[in-house]
Order: sequence, then C-alpha cells, then structure tokens
Amino acid sequence: MELGIMDRAGWMEVCGVQDIPRQGARVVATAAHGEVAVFRALDDTVFALEDRCPHKGGPLSQGIVHGHAVTCPLHSWVIDLASGEAAAPDKGCARRIPVRVEGGRVLLAASRR
Amino acid sequence: MNMIPRQRQRLLVVGNGMAGMRTVENLLRLAPHRYDITVFGAEPHPNYDRIALSSVLAGEKSLEEIVINSRDWYAENGIRLIAGDPVVALDRAARTVTSASGLTLPYDRLLIATGSKPLAPPIPGLGLPGTCAFRDIADVETMIAAARSGRRAVVIGGGLLGLEAAWGLKRQGMSVALVHLMPTLLERQLDATAGTLLQRDLDGRGIAFFTNGQTEQILGSERAEGVRLADGREIPAELVVVAIGIRPNIDLARAAGLDVNRGIVVDDGLRTEDPDIFAVGECVEHRGQVFGLVAPLWEQAKVCAAQLAGDAAATYATPPLSTRLKITGVDVFSAGALAAADPADEEITFQDIARGIYRKLVLRGGKVAGVVMYGEVADAAWYFQLLREGTDIAAMRDTLILGRAVATAASGAAAPDPSAALAALPETAEICGCNGVCKGAITGAIADLRLTTLEAVRAHTKASASCGSCTGQVEGLLALALGGDYAKPAGEKPMCKCTPHGHDHVRREILARALRSIPAVMQELGWTRPEGCASCRPALNYYLLCAWPGEYEDDARSRFVNERMHANIQKDGTYSVIPRMWGGVTNAKELRAIAEVVERYGIPSVKVTGGQRIDLLGVRREQLPDVWRDLNAAGMVSGHGYGKALRTVKTCVGSEWCRFGTQDSTAMGVALERMTWGSWHPHKVKLAVSGCPRNCAEATIKDFGVVAVESGWELHVGGNAGIHLRGTDLLCKVSTPEEVLEYCGAFLQLYREEARYLERTAPWVERLGLEHVKARVVEDAESRRALHARFLHAQRFAQKDPWAERAAGADAGAFSTLVPAE
Ligand SMILES: Cc1cc2nc3c(=O)[nH]c(=O)nc-3n(C[C@H](O)[C@H](O)[C@H](O)COP(=O)(O)OP(=O)(O)OC[C@H]3O[C@@H](n4cnc5c(N)ncnc54)[C@H](O)[C@@H]3O)c2cc1C
Repeated sequence: MELGIMDRAGWMEVCGVQDIPRQGARVVATAAHGEVAVFRALDDTVFALEDRCPHKGGPLSQGIVHGHAVTCPLHSWVIDLASGEAAAPDKGCARRIPVRVEGGRVLLAASRR
Repeated sequence: MNMIPRQRQRLLVVGNGMAGMRTVENLLRLAPHRYDITVFGAEPHPNYDRIALSSVLAGEKSLEEIVINSRDWYAENGIRLIAGDPVVALDRAARTVTSASGLTLPYDRLLIATGSKPLAPPIPGLGLPGTCAFRDIADVETMIAAARSGRRAVVIGGGLLGLEAAWGLKRQGMSVALVHLMPTLLERQLDATAGTLLQRDLDGRGIAFFTNGQTEQILGSERAEGVRLADGREIPAELVVVAIGIRPNIDLARAAGLDVNRGIVVDDGLRTEDPDIFAVGECVEHRGQVFGLVAPLWEQAKVCAAQLAGDAAATYATPPLSTRLKITGVDVFSAGALAAADPADEEITFQDIARGIYRKLVLRGGKVAGVVMYGEVADAAWYFQLLREGTDIAAMRDTLILGRAVATAASGAAAPDPSAALAALPETAEICGCNGVCKGAITGAIADLRLTTLEAVRAHTKASASCGSCTGQVEGLLALALGGDYAKPAGEKPMCKCTPHGHDHVRREILARALRSIPAVMQELGWTRPEGCASCRPALNYYLLCAWPGEYEDDARSRFVNERMHANIQKDGTYSVIPRMWGGVTNAKELRAIAEVVERYGIPSVKVTGGQRIDLLGVRREQLPDVWRDLNAAGMVSGHGYGKALRTVKTCVGSEWCRFGTQDSTAMGVALERMTWGSWHPHKVKLAVSGCPRNCAEATIKDFGVVAVESGWELHVGGNAGIHLRGTDLLCKVSTPEEVLEYCGAFLQLYREEARYLERTAPWVERLGLEHVKARVVEDAESRRALHARFLHAQRFAQKDPWAERAAGADAGAFSTLVPAE
C-alpha cells in the first residue's frame, strides 16, 4: 500500500482502464504533453501517444484500433501503439508518453523528460 | 474402279450428356474421319457439366461456365446436334431412330447414353408446381426462381444430391429443411459417426434436419405448400425438391427389345446384345453393377470409343470408386468398405471431435479396403491410392491412421511438405478422381504441350475439370513444373491483407454459415490477423449489419471516425455538422435555431451544401452533443452527411410553384427521404427528384434519380458526379408515388445486399449490368416486393436519430476530454 503511493511519485492518474473502450481511446489534455491519446487494445494493454499523427497531425485517438496499432482517421497511416512508429512505407513517429496501469487505474508520466 | 468415294459410317448418339459426349470426344481423337456423327439431346442445351449444377445452385458458377462443348464445337467437328428433341423410338430391324418431332434418321452404329431419371416416389402431390428434382438445368432454374419468390424449401433425401441441393438453396437465401428416411445422412458413403458429424456441421449452418422422416404427402392443391411426414409433422414450404435417388433411363432400349435388367445390359466392350448398338453411362448395367458417379463413366467412354474406332480388344472394368461432397468448407471423403464386414477385417479410427475431424480405415488382409474421412481430407488421395493399388501397409500399420506425413516418417521416410509430397507421388498416382487422370498424364502434358495455366491443363487433360476438388494439386504440379514462372490465377481480389477471401465470398459465407459477429467471421474464415485492420473491419461491420438487421449489434470500434462520431472530421480535427433538411425544405424556426447555434458555440463557418442543406464547419469534438441537443430541440435530426449512408434527396420546387412542373417533386422527395433516411449502405447514396425533364435537381447524376413526366415518373439509377462522372441509366417508368417508393426501396436494398463495401452504385451497376438490376427490380414483381420489404424491415432498426441518443448522454467518453490533476 505504502509502496503503491510512493510509486506514484512522478505520475498522474487520468482514468480507470474501464473508462477507455476496448479497441478505442480517450483524449487527455495535459500541461506536460499537450493532448494525449490513451489507447486500450482488445487484450487490455494500455498505450499512450501524443494525439497527433506524424503525417499531418490527425487525431490518432479517433482512429480504428487493430491489434497494437491504430489507423489515423485522416490519411490512413498505421501507427504502432507501442513504439509510435509509422508502418512502412510511411516514415515518422508519434511521441510516446510513459504510461502505467496500477490497480486498474491509468497513470501518465507527470512531466516531460 | 468404283468412283463413288467410300461413305463414312453413320454414328447416331442418343443422349447429349456427359458419358455420351465424352465418348464422342475420345472417338474424334482416335478416328476423326470414321463417322458422320449425329447427336440427339432431350435437353435444349449443348453438352454441360452436370456435376457443376450444384455449384450453379450455390451461386459459385454461372450456367455459361459449365458448358463443356459449345454449339460451335459441334459445328467445327462436323457433328449434327439436334437438341431439345428426344428420341422416342428405335427400330432395330430398319436401323433407324425417330424423334419426338417426327424426324427419322438411319444409323450404322448407335450409341445409347440416356443417363438416369430421378426416382419419383409415389408421394401424393409430387408434380405440383413448386416441386422438382435435381437433375438438369431446368430443375436448377426452377429452384433459383423459387428462391427469389419463396422463403422456405424442403429437400427430401439426405444423399449427396439432396445435401448439395439443400446447401445450394440455403445459399440462395432460403430457409431449408431436409427430410431423410434414414437415421444418419449419406449412409451409403459414410459410417454413422461421420454422418453425425456432417449433420452437426450442416445444422450449424442453418439447415434443419428431419431424420427418420418418411414423407407422406406434399401439401397444397394449386401448388406445393409443404410436406407432411408419416408421424404427422408438417413442414411448410414454397419449394419441395425430391432427391432420393436415380434409376437408369432404359425406356428406349426396353421398348426396342434390347436386354435390360436394372440398366441396359452391356458386355466388357460396352456393347449391348445387338452388335451395332453400344451404351455408356448411367443407363447401363455392367456385370450386375449400375453407376452414379462419373469416374467409371469416363473409363467406359474410353473403352467404348476405342471399340467404335475398331479396337475390338478394348475392355472395361469398373475401377474402385470414391466420393466427395461438394459443399464448400465441408470436407468428406469415402471409398471402399464403410465398415468391417467380417471378423478378419480390422477398423482403425481416429477422432478429434472438437476440431471436427474423424477418420476411419478398414483393413483387410494387410491392405486398405475402406476409407472414411471427415473434416480433414488432405490425405484422401494417398489413402485411396493405397486402396487402389492394394499396397501392403504392414510396415506403417501403427501410424497409418495419422496420415501420410506421420506414417511415412515413422516408417523411415522423411515427413514431406505438401509440395514435396506431390513431387514424391509416383507417376501412376491418381490426381483427378472424376476424370481418372494420373500425375504422369498431367506432368507429361505440361511438358509436351508447354502448358502454363490451370485452364490449359484442364482443357488438355480434363484434370480438375469436373468437381474441381483436386484443383490445388493440379496447380501444385504446375508450380513444380514451372517453378517461379507459374503465376496463380487471380480469383476474386482479397478484401485486404488480413484474408485471402474476396468481398463476395465473405458476404456469402456470412449468410451461409450464419456468422453474426466480426470475431466469428474472422475465426470461421481464417483471418490471418486476428483483429483485422481499418479496411476490413468497417466492411465486415456493414455486411453483418445488412445481413442481420435488428440482431447484429453495431460495432462502433469498427466504424470509421465519422460514423462513430456522427459528424465529419475536418483536416484540423474539428467536425462539421449538417442537420437533415427534408427534400431541401426548411423554415424560419429551423433557420433561427441554426443561427442561434452558430452564435452560441462560436462556429467559425457556415455553408450551403450541394445537397440543399446547411453545413456548420469547425465544431469541436466536445461541443458536438450540445450542438445536437439544440438542433434536436428545433426538430432537426442528423443529416448523415458523414456516413456510407443515405445522404440527401435533392428536389426542385415542382408543380406546386414552377410553371413547367408536371408533378409535386418536392413532396415526392420528402416522402423518399422519410422512407430512406438513416439507412446504411456500401457507400454514400444520393437521391434527387426533378419535377420535369428540365431536370433542375440534376437527378441523372444521382444514385437513384426520379424525373417527373406528364404521365408519371421516370426512375434512373447508377449516376455519379464524383471523380468519374457517370450519367444514370433509365431503369423504368412508373405511374404512382407509391411505385416510386417501392422501386426505390427495392433498388437500394439490392445495392445494399450485393455491392461490395465502398463500391458506389455506378461501378456496381456497371459490374453486374443494368439487365441484372432490371431483372430483380423491374421484371420480377415478387423479387421487388421482397427487396422492398427487407429494406423497410432494416429501416425499423436504422431510423433512430444518433444525435438525439448522444445528446442524451450515450457514448459520452467519445466526446469529452479528460483533464487530470497535475
Ligand atoms: C446435381 C448433380 C451433382 C452431381 N455431382 C457429382 C459429383 O460430384 N461427382 C460425380 O462423380 N458425379 C456427380 N453427379 C453424377 C453425374 O453427373 C452423372 O453420373 C453423369 O452426368 C452421368 O452421365 P450420363 O451421360 O450417363 O447421363 P447424363 O449426363 O444425364 O446425360 C444423359 C442425357 O441424355 C438425355 N436423354 C435421355 N433420354 C433421351 C432420349 N430419349 N433422347 C435424347 N436424349 C435423351 C438426357 O436429357 C441427358 O441430357 C452429379 C449429378 C447431379 C445431377
């Protein structure tokens, strides 16, 4: 218990895992990172990326999630959720935001390092 | 010297079917100039592949595709074809035959190849309209027509034919019941376990079985209305198909006094007791045996042709036979004995019921005497070869049942991969069971004739030309022979990288296998990526929504953002909002509400669209539910300007105001929009109604356009003003607004059911042809009404304003932004 709280230093809680639809995302507005898309895959893995496609800034949070990837709604770039990298032949990378799940709560890094 | 050239002999063939014409083909190869050939056929068609009727019924092939020899072929080979005129009498003394039309022709040699007749049991009511057999093109046409107008079918008979008929009708969209006299299906080809597995699988695909069912009567007086079973149960149906068996068609031979038993009795040279008369095919009886599969008939055709060409030594012996069922995805194989017949026989079985796999071998004296396989039949050819060649299997007895790879590895050889296995097959291994083509004949033809395509191999060797189940192996042999030069023929283009299947196939399977969710489709059809991608998921979501209205739960996560958010995403990530304006008509209250919304939410841009409504651009995601609530309050609903859906119905002012107007086009447009709003489609759909041929509403570039004329309404379809401009085709003219609504509903439903996802009406109409649309929507009133009814049924569930639902709080998380305490 103590450890849990200690552990949370440097992190901010944004929502519960169940607040994000499976194969979907929520948008989180942060001072540290700007708008962040927090994704939940079908297998309940949670990912966080800056909500901007490296291509033309499309909101990745609004894309279709398949496996550990999302397809951008503007021009269908496929972005890997874990790395933020665009799938070949496209080139580019969405900024990753450190994210953790603890006791069913989703935590984002509190500051930009 | 005699100056008159020696006349050719006259060969007369009675029966333009599979065995007779195969004999003629062989004969042309052996002795092209020996005979003047005349062929009588009772059916009004050239020679076709009867086996493939099952595929035609299942919608996998067209009638054109199953023609074996076209009329041109007969002409090119100097054969006189008299089709549609059955032979009714044979005068052996005069050596002539006479046809129904009264034509009498002489022969030197006669070949009887009259096939079989379907067994017609003495059931009262058989023969009523709405009843048929499953034997020829006419039967298939009857069934397909019945599937258009009726909903329910009963098939009597659970043998190969009955099952294939039931499956085909199911795929035609009917609900199908199958009545079978015996406790298990295919009892002549399968043992009880395999028969039970088969029933379980087909039951899962939606065929209702009545086993131990004795049909007592076909109900109905004017036409078939169902069947009654001996135990009193009644099954209502508009179509009753009787497929309980066949019997050799020996009428002509018997009347001519030829020796007949069950079939026309022939000797090892396929000769009847009359030395000038031969017989081949299902009409014959050879050494007490009659026939029902093509493989032995091809052998007969070979021997009979040799005899006719003068080779008196050619002898026929019935080869061991095997059967398969031609139902896509249901793999069944059997050959030889079904079960141990005496204590010295042994049975080995293997089953994995969870995976639906079952296998049984019957061994006799150290050899394979019977094979029954269900679910997994890749090794069927290998087992069958062991059976035919009487191979001593003692060395691999213990692992034999596990299949070729394991058995041969365990007995010392390396486990072959499929292509190595194919390469390792001996030249004498049979590849095509239907046509009796062995590996050596195929590889020989590929090499000698430099064949490079499946079609060419098929044309030259007949391998895979009948039931097609060995196509994969024939392609494998081509690939082995040509290496990298062999390009697999393109079938239907795959939907996306997640699956080898094309759109049409997937849609058919959704219906046929009653697949009701995206995961079920992906699992059943073997998607290579378990969650699919952004391309196939929206397509599947649409197909399921269209297939199961009211039942399928829409998967928002498989919708493109616009359809999930019910607004149109713009390049800056904001949205545009377009309220519906019925037929382009608005009023002060609506305009005031729109103006207030624009000011209240600081909406940066307002524009009138080409579809006669008002677009509010630059709305932020979080604002959407509030904007909708305020528009709802003034009576406005979603305009679906964001969806693969019914968008707008554009109108002109029509006869109410315009001095040229002939009809009230505005009211017509509003009525159309009231009927069609909220409907989902493969792509966006736009309608228009013009009040006179000046066509101010531009109806002739719409998906469905209506142009009023003095005497009624012209209906136009398949127009598009997108990247590829296409004017509409005139579908037909109708007289009343009610008809406009019915035709429109029917047309849209046909498009919904048949077009591929993201295919607009214009390319769809071009792909299938206007004639096809006319046949379903204009010429066939039953079909039109049924389509329209299905459209209205789907609309009962689709016409819910998505804005109102979200303004009331649905899916709130999609619109809100989380703000953590930092
Ligand atoms: C739906 C279906 C599926 C089948 N599937 C398979 C399969 O998967 N595998 C398999 O091995 N077999 C299958 N068969 C069986 C196969 O089609 C037959 O074994 C084969 O067609 C028999 O050939 P045939 O020439 O003896 O008779 P047919 O092909 O029936 O030809 C006989 C022809 O003679 C005509 N005729 C009859 N009387 C006269 C007359 N007096 N004058 C003129 N013409 C006359 C008939 O109209 C007919 O066209 C299937 C059959 C059907 C109906």
